[in-house]
Amino acid sequence: MKKFCMIALLLAAGPLALGAPPTMPRYRFENFTTANGLPDNHVFAVLVDGDRIWAGTENGLAVYENHAWKTYTTKDGLAHRAVLSLALDKNTGDVWAGTMAGLSRISSGRIDSYTQLNSGLSNDVVYGVSVEGENVWVATAAGGCRFNIRTGQWALYNERNTPMIEIWTYGVSATPSKVYYAVWGSGVLEYDQKTGRWDKYDDPDGENEMVLFKDQGLIHEIVTSVSYVDNILWAATYFGDSRYDGRYWHNFLTKDSGLPSNFTNFIKGIDAKRAWFCTDKGLAYYDGVNWAVYRPSLKDGKPEMTVRDAEGKVTPIAVTTAPAHNYVLGIDFQGDDIWVATAKGLSHGIHQRQ
Amino acid sequence: MAVGLALLAAAFFMVELWPGRTVRADERGSAADDVDYASPLEVLLSSDGARLYVLCQQSEEVRVLDAASYAVIKNIAVGRVPRGFSLSPDGARLFVTNSWDDTLSVIDTGALVVVATWPVSAEPSSVVEDRAGKRLFVANRISDDVAVLDAQTGEEEKRLLAGRGSSYLTLSPDGSKLYATHVYPNPSPHRTAPESEITVIDTARAVVVDRIPLHAIAGVFHGAFSADGRLGVVAEYHPKNLVPLAHLEHGGAFEDTLTVFGADVGKPVEVPLDELERYAAQPFGVAIAQDKSRIYVTSGGSEIVTVVDVPRLLRFIRAHPAPFVQDLSASANYVITRIPVGHNPRGLTLTRDGRRLFVANRLEDTISVIDTSTDRVASTIKLDGPKSVSALRHGEQTFYTARQSFQGQIGCANCHIDSTFDGLTWDLEPDGFGRDIVDNKLLEGVKNTEPYKWNGGNPNIPTECGPRTEKYFWRSEQYNDLTLADLTLYIRSLQPRPNRWKLPGREMTPAQERGRAVFVRDVDKFGKPIPETNRCSFCHSGPKGTNQKLFDVGTRKPTDNSGLLKSAPLTAVALTAPYLHDGSARTLEEIWTVYNPEDKHGRTNDLTKDELNDLIEYLRTR
Repeated sequence: MKKFCMIALLLAAGPLALGAPPTMPRYRFENFTTANGLPDNHVFAVLVDGDRIWAGTENGLAVYENHAWKTYTTKDGLAHRAVLSLALDKNTGDVWAGTMAGLSRISSGRIDSYTQLNSGLSNDVVYGVSVEGENVWVATAAGGCRFNIRTGQWALYNERNTPMIEIWTYGVSATPSKVYYAVWGSGVLEYDQKTGRWDKYDDPDGENEMVLFKDQGLIHEIVTSVSYVDNILWAATYFGDSRYDGRYWHNFLTKDSGLPSNFTNFIKGIDAKRAWFCTDKGLAYYDGVNWAVYRPSLKDGKPEMTVRDAEGKVTPIAVTTAPAHNYVLGIDFQGDDIWVATAKGLSHGIHQRQ
Repeated sequence: MAVGLALLAAAFFMVELWPGRTVRADERGSAADDVDYASPLEVLLSSDGARLYVLCQQSEEVRVLDAASYAVIKNIAVGRVPRGFSLSPDGARLFVTNSWDDTLSVIDTGALVVVATWPVSAEPSSVVEDRAGKRLFVANRISDDVAVLDAQTGEEEKRLLAGRGSSYLTLSPDGSKLYATHVYPNPSPHRTAPESEITVIDTARAVVVDRIPLHAIAGVFHGAFSADGRLGVVAEYHPKNLVPLAHLEHGGAFEDTLTVFGADVGKPVEVPLDELERYAAQPFGVAIAQDKSRIYVTSGGSEIVTVVDVPRLLRFIRAHPAPFVQDLSASANYVITRIPVGHNPRGLTLTRDGRRLFVANRLEDTISVIDTSTDRVASTIKLDGPKSVSALRHGEQTFYTARQSFQGQIGCANCHIDSTFDGLTWDLEPDGFGRDIVDNKLLEGVKNTEPYKWNGGNPNIPTECGPRTEKYFWRSEQYNDLTLADLTLYIRSLQPRPNRWKLPGREMTPAQERGRAVFVRDVDKFGKPIPETNRCSFCHSGPKGTNQKLFDVGTRKPTDNSGLLKSAPLTAVALTAPYLHDGSARTLEEIWTVYNPEDKHGRTNDLTKDELNDLIEYLRTR
């Protein structure tokens, strides 16, 4: 009986008890570049829409369907060739694309584009877009906007009607309860859908790059991306990342977490515990305790995966594939698979059973 | 003396053309004759074929007739300006879209009473229930979309982007797809051919799955499918607005066409209905015989039903690679007859056995019953109502008919769809290609906004619609005085539709209030006084938003003969893109962001983007 209990305990404790790294998701990466149909290797954003994959590239909006790429360009009505952000209206199936020169709506092949000249859009440089209900929330280089697709009305948010100091909004995450803006140099802006009130979260250390009080607030003012899920705010900055549960902040830095770099371009929360971090030194996954990093090795470019456990022990995992590049700009999910936008190609991470 | 006799004879002839016109306008040209006509717009047969439902737009009711005896069973009042109706798949409910009330009337076809009136929105124009009875789809003309509603509660689930002026819905025979058409062209670059679409909706998922492009088409109306689902068809206008309209006698201003699509034809093909001296102006309603032998098309302007032989049409399409839409000899290969019916024929429906075709003659209060074995009108059902033709009704008939124009090619309603506008820019005068391009204007509320024409060249409606229209548009004989007076009366009677952004009794929103302050301001943001003539509220003053004077607002193009332009009324301005005299501004924003660099069109360059947005929010309330 004692022997049986010991075996059960060992099994329950899992690999840790045996000194093995924690089990983290593994992928076989298939990479897409111009060599196999992508219009440009510089992929700013990726969006999964069922069996369709949308890639916002520097040279058009590409869609992968039935094993073939099709590209929409300005000739098709796209506002600009450089597509910086993507969002799906799950209700209608329409895709919204933020570009360097306007916002485009792609609806079953038809593209309508909104610019600062032909519409109420505050600025043509659209860094972020998010759809919630009948509202499309937009992050631009001159503040935020809300476009109501039912009424056609635009509302602009800037330093005159919000606590925003800088108006360079870099990302937006809209949900039925809250809308968060990542403001480049002005922290995180919060809009309460119920009360219509704005609030602001800043780095308690001010605008310097030192971290005096690690978990007392947002890690830095230069916020690049936000993701709000299960009442948890995940915020990415160029100097580390933050998680906020409405009461407590927890910050992530390379020195005390598995984050491969403090320079984070994009963040996506899966739930209250788990999130993906797109950095300039690889793609990272955090399961609430442990970390995994996927990238071509910074030394020799060979495929690399590392796992960091709760104790800080880093274990390399033998892999044969990696995302197309270390400079990761976006991620989205297709079941257990991931799609990763990088500076040198789009990667399909096919989940591997272990 | 001979000339006098000729004029007298001509006048007599003209009166004979309109034998029913019996009520005169009063001498002041008032629209006081409020004779209540039925104005049947659409017709439907019950699933058992026993009842004929007639949607009457002016009397705002559904009239239920016995389909055999044509006796009235019941008249059911619905909402304002009903525009479309359809039966639920089980036939138990009849849905009616009330376009000016933004409501949907639900009629129990057993009790023949309205059992519910659901608020919908944005000028609902037609409605279809899916086969499962779960969802209703409503085409909204103002918001350019198709709303998806819960079929049991009327609660809106979502909106799907459709074409501009989304208006008509056709369900595929298997119920899996819904085809939506729209009456105004989608936005496109200035002076390019209009672009339209058939929006294809998957009814099970309630998402748009395809858009069939219709190049050079502006104004797509009803559609129909063959019973086997292999042939689809829509009725449409193909304007030639890029060449001078004054060349009517050299090939016409419009093609009246169908687009056929589906497995029988492969790629969609546009086919003309017109033939030299036999035009099918303003095609609207369409039906396909159960055995796929015939397509029937109503033409509101030509007052005919065109009968197309389907096998011959398909043979012609296979033998003649498109495009052949401008070939006026083409239709002789497949149009087998044109059946004269009443004034302004619109909706039509076939009996299940295909032997009778009912056609709603909107401006005659009759239903033509066509025997399809002979292709002749077998009988005409006269709806209860006034027996006389009032001046106003005569004016409306004149507005819609194509009889007045050279070879009967076009009527006023070709460019003023449903008495509104068409969203197009035109080259009207015979002054060369591309000279004096003009944006077509909305007619609602046009009374008391003279002078007319963008350069203010016409002092009143009789001049605008009389000599000028006759000379440049119709290229034909003049209206007689009586007809012109009645036409004028009708045009002056056109009221603006309800404004959805500022409902009566509602407060303005904060943004609208801020925009109004910008509109009326007399000092710019730097504290500098704005000259009176450079304030929005000066030129766009009064209830209709025009002081009726001419100004140079800096928008003259090299192709314009003059830079002096009449200040445009603001009636329903949110709906009437494009803007400026030549339609070069695709949106309200572009008036100021693109075409007002020197503040000649009002002082606006000191405004921030959000202030400009506020101004536009206010303008939408006009």
